[in-house]
Amino acid sequence: MSQATTAAPGAAARGRAGRGRKVNTFPLLAPSVAALLVWMIVPLVLTLWYSLQRYNLLYPERRGFVGLQNYVYILSDSTLQTAILNTIVLTGAVLLLSVVFGTLLAVLLNQEFWGQNLARVLVIAPFFVMPPVAALIWKTMMMNPIQGVIAWVTQSLGLGAISWFQNWPMLSIIIIVAWQWIPFATLILLTAMQSLDHEQMEAARMDGAGAISRFRYVVIPHLSRPITIVIMMETIFLLSVFAEILVTTSGGPGHATTTLTYLIYIRALLSFNIGGASAAGVIAIVLANIVAVFLMRIVAGTLERR
Amino acid sequence: MKKSNGRKFAYTVLAWVVALLVFFPILWMLLTAFKTEKQAVEVPPLLFFHPTLANFAVANSRENYLHFAANSVIVAFGSTALALMIALPAAYAMAFFPGRRTKDLLMWMLSTKMLPPVGVLVPIYIIFQRLGLLDTRAGLVLIDTLMNLPIVVWMLFSFFRDIPGDILEAARMDGVTPRQQMVHLLVPLALPGIASTALLAIILSWNEAFWSINLTAAHAGTLAAYIASFSSPEGLFWAKLSAASVLTVAPIMVFGSLTQRQMVRGLTFGAVK
Amino acid sequence: MIRYTLAAAGMAALVGFAPSARAVTLTIATVNNGNMIQMQKLSPQFTKETGIKLNWVVLEENVLRQRVTTDIATHGGSFDILTIGAYEAPLWAQRGWIKPVDNLGAAYDYGDLLPPMKASLSYKGKLYAVPFYGESSFLMYRTDLFKKAGLTMPAQPTYAQVASFADKLNNPKAGVYGICLRGKPGWGENMAYLSTLVNTMGGAWFNMKWQPQLDSAAWQKAITFYVDLMKKDGPPDATSNGFNANLTLFEGGKCAMWIDATVAAGFLYDPKSDKYAADVGVARAPVGVTPHGASWLWAWALAIPSSSKKVAAADKFLAWATSKSYIQLVAKNYGWVQVPPGTRKSTYANPAYQKAAPFAATVLKVIDSADPLHPTMSPVPYTGIQFVAIPEFQGIGTEVGQEIAAALAGRESVAAALKKAQAATVRTMTEAGYIK
Repeated sequence: MSQATTAAPGAAARGRAGRGRKVNTFPLLAPSVAALLVWMIVPLVLTLWYSLQRYNLLYPERRGFVGLQNYVYILSDSTLQTAILNTIVLTGAVLLLSVVFGTLLAVLLNQEFWGQNLARVLVIAPFFVMPPVAALIWKTMMMNPIQGVIAWVTQSLGLGAISWFQNWPMLSIIIIVAWQWIPFATLILLTAMQSLDHEQMEAARMDGAGAISRFRYVVIPHLSRPITIVIMMETIFLLSVFAEILVTTSGGPGHATTTLTYLIYIRALLSFNIGGASAAGVIAIVLANIVAVFLMRIVAGTLERR
Repeated sequence: MKKSNGRKFAYTVLAWVVALLVFFPILWMLLTAFKTEKQAVEVPPLLFFHPTLANFAVANSRENYLHFAANSVIVAFGSTALALMIALPAAYAMAFFPGRRTKDLLMWMLSTKMLPPVGVLVPIYIIFQRLGLLDTRAGLVLIDTLMNLPIVVWMLFSFFRDIPGDILEAARMDGVTPRQQMVHLLVPLALPGIASTALLAIILSWNEAFWSINLTAAHAGTLAAYIASFSSPEGLFWAKLSAASVLTVAPIMVFGSLTQRQMVRGLTFGAVK
Repeated sequence: MIRYTLAAAGMAALVGFAPSARAVTLTIATVNNGNMIQMQKLSPQFTKETGIKLNWVVLEENVLRQRVTTDIATHGGSFDILTIGAYEAPLWAQRGWIKPVDNLGAAYDYGDLLPPMKASLSYKGKLYAVPFYGESSFLMYRTDLFKKAGLTMPAQPTYAQVASFADKLNNPKAGVYGICLRGKPGWGENMAYLSTLVNTMGGAWFNMKWQPQLDSAAWQKAITFYVDLMKKDGPPDATSNGFNANLTLFEGGKCAMWIDATVAAGFLYDPKSDKYAADVGVARAPVGVTPHGASWLWAWALAIPSSSKKVAAADKFLAWATSKSYIQLVAKNYGWVQVPPGTRKSTYANPAYQKAAPFAATVLKVIDSADPLHPTMSPVPYTGIQFVAIPEFQGIGTEVGQEIAAALAGRESVAAALKKAQAATVRTMTEAGYIK
């Protein structure tokens, strides 16, 4: 108590600018930093260590240090490039769809109409469905070319059935994953829309701005920060999309839907090649951190303007 | 200012068509849950049929649904509470006393989430086994806490940054310690934001399938493990899986819908303004 | 805290009221297939007889395999009884991860087990897992469609005959496809079937020096045949069809023929799930140039980890769940057609079973003819018909399966797909030290 009182005049003198100088933030930050440090460092160190070893879980006796051999193998495998490219395509496409449709849905659901609350819940609902279940629903009941609902609709229209997973494997996965993540974007953006200044919109209308230019010059700038948050959060989850691929295409046909995560899955949990999987994991971490730095730039920019 | 009814009508039609389109797969799953296995694979798909509750009976009798559901609730709420406890001080420190490294620290936290879980299952499994955490709820709570922590810190940080610093400054002048500030001032002010962060964490934890299946056996399995016992057996399974899925999705969906307003309010207040 | 107190009180109550019955609890990991679900449902009977309590962990096949393998390889000790396949049993026995189960008592009657099943679950002549149900592969077809077209199915057709039947019966406009085969990539999915096709076309996965043979003429011939047949007479989107998708198609009347696991017959002959139940016929798996390895052999079996501390209780359960009397128990509760097939001679000798399951005689014949120790025309260094019993095979089979799915989808030619598959397999085998 007495300590705080003596510190107060100084703090007052420094005013807002002095914020943070006197307070020791260490005890506040320590728990979460320590927890995450352990959570990150332990698997990371183990992964690095294993990546330098010949280590197949099914051959416990054949374990030994092999230097960079695991990296040599994986980097000389053309599948790695394909997998990285697929990961970028999947993540990029879903992000784009999330932002575009999320924005459109948010604008639509923000209008006044009957049954607004229920409709909003329906649109957001796919976010509550567990990924493996979502994948199975789409594979069996929606996209199946014989028993599926989509085939029934297209056939009724005389268009014939589409062999989704055979002819459009990546597109199919993108649709399924986007279906789960557009609602998340909608939720965040809808929330942001509600805080959009009505008077600002009215003013723009008075100035003779049409619906499109109002959208372009008032709504979009207002949404830029929430969009950044959507991109950031979704990227994290999209990089490790896995169940949707396993359930539907198993990474095929060929390597058409093999992503980096799926590649690691094949090595780690089908071949139980822990050494090889760890090397792939290290590569994944390096790439993820490049993405992180890239994201950081965008985020830092939008966080400044408030 | 008042919009014409015609326009409202047009929006109603458009919004509902879109909403039903988005919701359709879930609606179809709901319908399928009341079909027999044979009806479920009928071509063309059946819209009208005599509903049966048999699938729900199977879903309940074969596995102890309540056991899995209870685990899901414990793990989701437990991990969220723990994550909030750890994250609140950190977010508070970063939002009100930012240093030069704060942004790097934040970004680093997020990057810890970018290591694909499939790659580290074996190391984590071995660690859990040594620590006696395999097939325990405590173990799952721990994993989910760590999985969600970066996101929780981020969201809280965003909410806190929107609270005017002057209020806290005034409090400090009155001799209130940082700890008291946090508990008596910040938490009440940011309550909607904290609530929506918690909701998001609960949903993410509820839907987490990889760790919940791979680190549990008979005791700590959550609804994700329950679903894995109905998915893709030999033989027809769409109807039974649909019933099990409805049971799995329903609690979180009802919870989410009830709290959707709260969530929207919280988010408005914070991150997305 | 309250929970712990309650648990403690519960413990105290248990100790207080029943000090003699120190109940053993076994944790059993199993697959979510129908026969295992029956076992789970009937297991209270076992608990009543022995006082041994059971905890069940029921998971879908892929998840279970990954779960159980991780646990046993890291000595996790989560399970007392494991459900494993014919692929894992010899490998794990070799590692010393599971214990022999050749001493389940005189009443068990080991002589009654079908010899191929015993062979596929043994290592160095010792049985390491007891078969719970077993299967081979054969051809199922629609007798009504064959009759209408004036065709007759021989008891064991050749692949040339199958192709000509498929051409004649293929009628997509009427919603009937000539033939349904697996296409979903995976070592236990498309490659299970395709390995048998390659075997009977005279090919093999490896030669005696462990050199991959995927670029050989036999593979070319087999895969070209498969891709051509499926493109011409197969259903759409075949690359995502596994066992279940094909079962669904056949039961929906969409397939004139289907080559797959014999357990499928149990579903197809059941009028409750299949409206064409009266029109199903079966024949032995088609042959190409050699009968060797034309039909596969698989068993789901129960095993006990060597680290288990509850061996006596686990032995009791194994003996119960794979006994003759268990089969009787299933028959009494669910009818004979539902009993776990493919394990015991006595099941097939039973007139009640023969009557309920008209396909039984054919199933027994294909199982008896399957020889996992000599799966191919030319000698090979491995055992297993639709798989190669080495730890690397799950990865190899899945990767090759992906390439062949690419050829089936028309994304690349068969030759190009096999060339890539060969290169990938050579890499893996070199990395693993088979090829010096």
